[in-house]
Amino acid sequence: MGPRIRTTALGAAVSSLALLTGCGAADMTKQASPFANAEGARTVTLSVQSWVGAQANVAVAQYLLEHELGYRVDTVQIDEVPAWDALSQGRVDALLEDWGHPDEEKRYVEDKKTIVNAGDLGVTGHIGWYVPTYFAKAHPDVTDWKNLNKYADRMRTPESGGKGQLMDGSPSYVTNDKALVKNLDLDYQVVFAGSEAAQITQIKQFAKEKKPFLTYWYSPQWLFEKVPMTEVKLPEYKEGCDADPEKVACAYPHTPLQKYLNADFARSGGDAAALLKKFRWTTEDQNEVSLLIADRKMSPQEAAKKWVDAHESDWKKWLP
Amino acid sequence: MTTVTATAARPAAPGLLARPAVRKLAVLAVVAAILVPLAHARWSSGSWPAALTIDVSGPLTDTSTWIIDNRDSHPLFLYFFGHISNAVVLAVRGVYLVLLAAGWAGVTAAAALVAWRVAGWRLAAGTGVAFLACGFLGMWVPTTQTLALMVVAVLASVVVGALLGLAAGLSDRADKVLRPVLDTMQVLPAFAYLLPVVLIFGIGVPAAVLATVVYAAPPMARLTALGLRGADKEVLEAVESLGATARQRLLTARIPLARKELLLGLNQTIMMALSMAVIASVIGAGGLGDRVYQALASVDVGAALAAGIPIVLLAVVLDRVTGAAGEALGEEPHPHGRRLWLVALAGAVAVAVAGRLVGRLDWPDAWVLNIAEPVNRAVDWMTAHLYSGVPVVGGTADWAGRFTTWVLDPVRDGLQGLPWWGLLLIVAALAWLIGTWRTALTAVLALAAIGVLGVWKPSLDTLSQVLAAVAVTLVVGFATGVAAARSDRFERLLRPVLDVFQTMPQFVYLIPVVALFGVGRAPAVAAAVVYALPAVVRITTQGLRQVDPAALESARSLGATPAQQLRQVQLPLARRALLLAVNQGVVLVLAVVIIGGLVGGGALGYDVVFGLAQGDLATGLVAGAAIVCLGLMLDRVTQPTERRATKGA
Repeated sequence: MGPRIRTTALGAAVSSLALLTGCGAADMTKQASPFANAEGARTVTLSVQSWVGAQANVAVAQYLLEHELGYRVDTVQIDEVPAWDALSQGRVDALLEDWGHPDEEKRYVEDKKTIVNAGDLGVTGHIGWYVPTYFAKAHPDVTDWKNLNKYADRMRTPESGGKGQLMDGSPSYVTNDKALVKNLDLDYQVVFAGSEAAQITQIKQFAKEKKPFLTYWYSPQWLFEKVPMTEVKLPEYKEGCDADPEKVACAYPHTPLQKYLNADFARSGGDAAALLKKFRWTTEDQNEVSLLIADRKMSPQEAAKKWVDAHESDWKKWLP
Repeated sequence: MTTVTATAARPAAPGLLARPAVRKLAVLAVVAAILVPLAHARWSSGSWPAALTIDVSGPLTDTSTWIIDNRDSHPLFLYFFGHISNAVVLAVRGVYLVLLAAGWAGVTAAAALVAWRVAGWRLAAGTGVAFLACGFLGMWVPTTQTLALMVVAVLASVVVGALLGLAAGLSDRADKVLRPVLDTMQVLPAFAYLLPVVLIFGIGVPAAVLATVVYAAPPMARLTALGLRGADKEVLEAVESLGATARQRLLTARIPLARKELLLGLNQTIMMALSMAVIASVIGAGGLGDRVYQALASVDVGAALAAGIPIVLLAVVLDRVTGAAGEALGEEPHPHGRRLWLVALAGAVAVAVAGRLVGRLDWPDAWVLNIAEPVNRAVDWMTAHLYSGVPVVGGTADWAGRFTTWVLDPVRDGLQGLPWWGLLLIVAALAWLIGTWRTALTAVLALAAIGVLGVWKPSLDTLSQVLAAVAVTLVVGFATGVAAARSDRFERLLRPVLDVFQTMPQFVYLIPVVALFGVGRAPAVAAAVVYALPAVVRITTQGLRQVDPAALESARSLGATPAQQLRQVQLPLARRALLLAVNQGVVLVLAVVIIGGLVGGGALGYDVVFGLAQGDLATGLVAGAAIVCLGLMLDRVTQPTERRATKGA
């Protein structure tokens, strides 16, 4: 009784699956989101990363695609590495801000050829260690890593276990901080805030009380406008000094941020692909939009509209 | 499942060794006396010995590379996973297109009319208002996306759960095999298995639906089996004597008799699927969950709340409507039932067509209320005033600091300082005292597995957070539960609050907890307490209220004060319920440790999030497995006499 029911049910399930999706091979790289292209609209799916700069890129691209080219845009929030995966499978069409992932570039761009580089975003990214400017002004020597140990006491929190706290952010970010603390022999403990939202919230609370703190942070970033921070000098970056993740003892490089497109989309994406390839703006532009979103709490669409209205000459040349 | 009360109720026999508890401890002591010196001589180390760990990162990395390299070409993917994935996409798309075609007016009318037929006009009005509210919050399109996803996920969960439940209900052997599987599925925190699903199906809707099915199918399976097994023997015999075949018996007697359980299963499945809608946004499910998640990225509590409220509303509406359907089952069907259904259907179609004719399919932009701004202002005000410098009591940041230094640190250091075999013995003793040698063995093996996986220290860090959070949850939860059991008015007031706590996506309150408690383990504990509290309060209230009124009456007539009644009658009699509350508290708190990883909780939670963010199967899966083992161990150590069929709803 039991087994028979199960076999019938299984048979029914398998045959309905086959009926539903058609027989033969099912190519998983040819699946778009079920929400795409509804009601005959042409849809572009953009991946958004968790930091606001990435939201700003997407917001402006989305605004132009929708209002100038008549596309419908879906956005999906994914971290960078899974976004590479999603791009390769065609689940999303574009990744507008990549901070450098050599392994993925080799795998997908060079070997599998499922993703293509779509050029510079125009923004240069830089990761570093920062202290609030109010503290750096009072203690100018804190901005050199050699003097950091002197201030470890001041940076202590309940989480840092008797050492100074170096606050790191989201697990999706590129970081060598644990190795750096060890190799530079610093009296600090890396505490992972776990998400950029948590890190920003904590930085704002510290700043409200004018407390000293040391944090991993990156530019371009809108928060600098709200909480001015000064970079701490680390041993100078030289090509290849970060090759061995265990032995890193140098600063982070300056990275021209890249755009990547799904290869099929780049070939047959028409006007949308053309616009995304030409999309290129400056750090100031990005910060302007980011600040509107994150600090003025505008919706990304409103922020994008504001920027688009004010910078017509900039984006006119991106249109196909 | 063994009973705790059985051990407690047995009269104490003379002689110390005759007491089962003492006997169990004595056996353990003997085992320890033999094994500990051996272990100590061989691997003398306080923490888990390196010689007893297996490094699985190599094989796991190879597996993940293999999947990525073969995902587009291997027959396994082309002919199996590919079809599943396509079917999910097509099904979700189908539902979504229907919802879009019906327009906001049509969908709202259809939902309200279904609620009217199933549960009466009051709930119909509530349903209508809830759907309109989703529109007013500017969330209409994400709401329909989430609905489409939910419809497919719930259907799939119900089918899978019902099939498993059918097997378990009809065959004893299947029941025996399935029981531990379902047990394990229920203590699994959902985040732990997102990564493997994503690796196979890729980011997006198929992975989200499948992860939801794993999470939401067990209650359906459990309740189906329960319903089939509980069918009235006499009815079955009567049917059999009429010469019905086995299949007829099943279809005409057993399944109809199990209707109530089946509906309850549906209700639980819907609730769990909805709670997964948000977690699944981390892997690209889209819809409301994604809006919450995106709002979190720009540190915008107001926007997160605007997307969170529709989820709460959907959950409450679906819960009440399916609940009412379950209660209405025993009643006489309405004389014009069929005709009224037709009326409802016609009404919904008419509204949808009318909406289409006026060209009002999309929710009008002008009708959107912006709640984000005032909410953000309120949150800012609150956190600015409570964070520090509050006279006498000190700010929340000071409390968090003290809680970390005085509670979390000592517990963590204590656990990590214990010799590894000592911890195994403690767990064995606890699990055995409260359960059988089987549960004790499972608990010990689960804990040992953590050591073998090489994540002993971070796991104990996580355990310390769980213990602290459970302690806080129980103190607050029991107190609230007792108060609610004593006052009907308080319970009525409490109910919507608990509903909101329970269904509000945790992502919404992450920023407020950080703003109040700073980055670290303290906000993680706070988030876990908020999440686990409703279940503990509900179970406690229910348990206390079910205490035999006669027992209370006689205590009262003997002149017991309310406090005495509570201590000496109600609490002892509600013991099973309280133990269940402890167990649920533990399981739910553990489910939030991942969320804790997002606010600085570190340890296993961070590793799982790291694994997902970096596509690092080795780190993510090992941490996920360790969380599962911790869950199993804690569940067995607090194994209650009966398990509810849910993860806490």
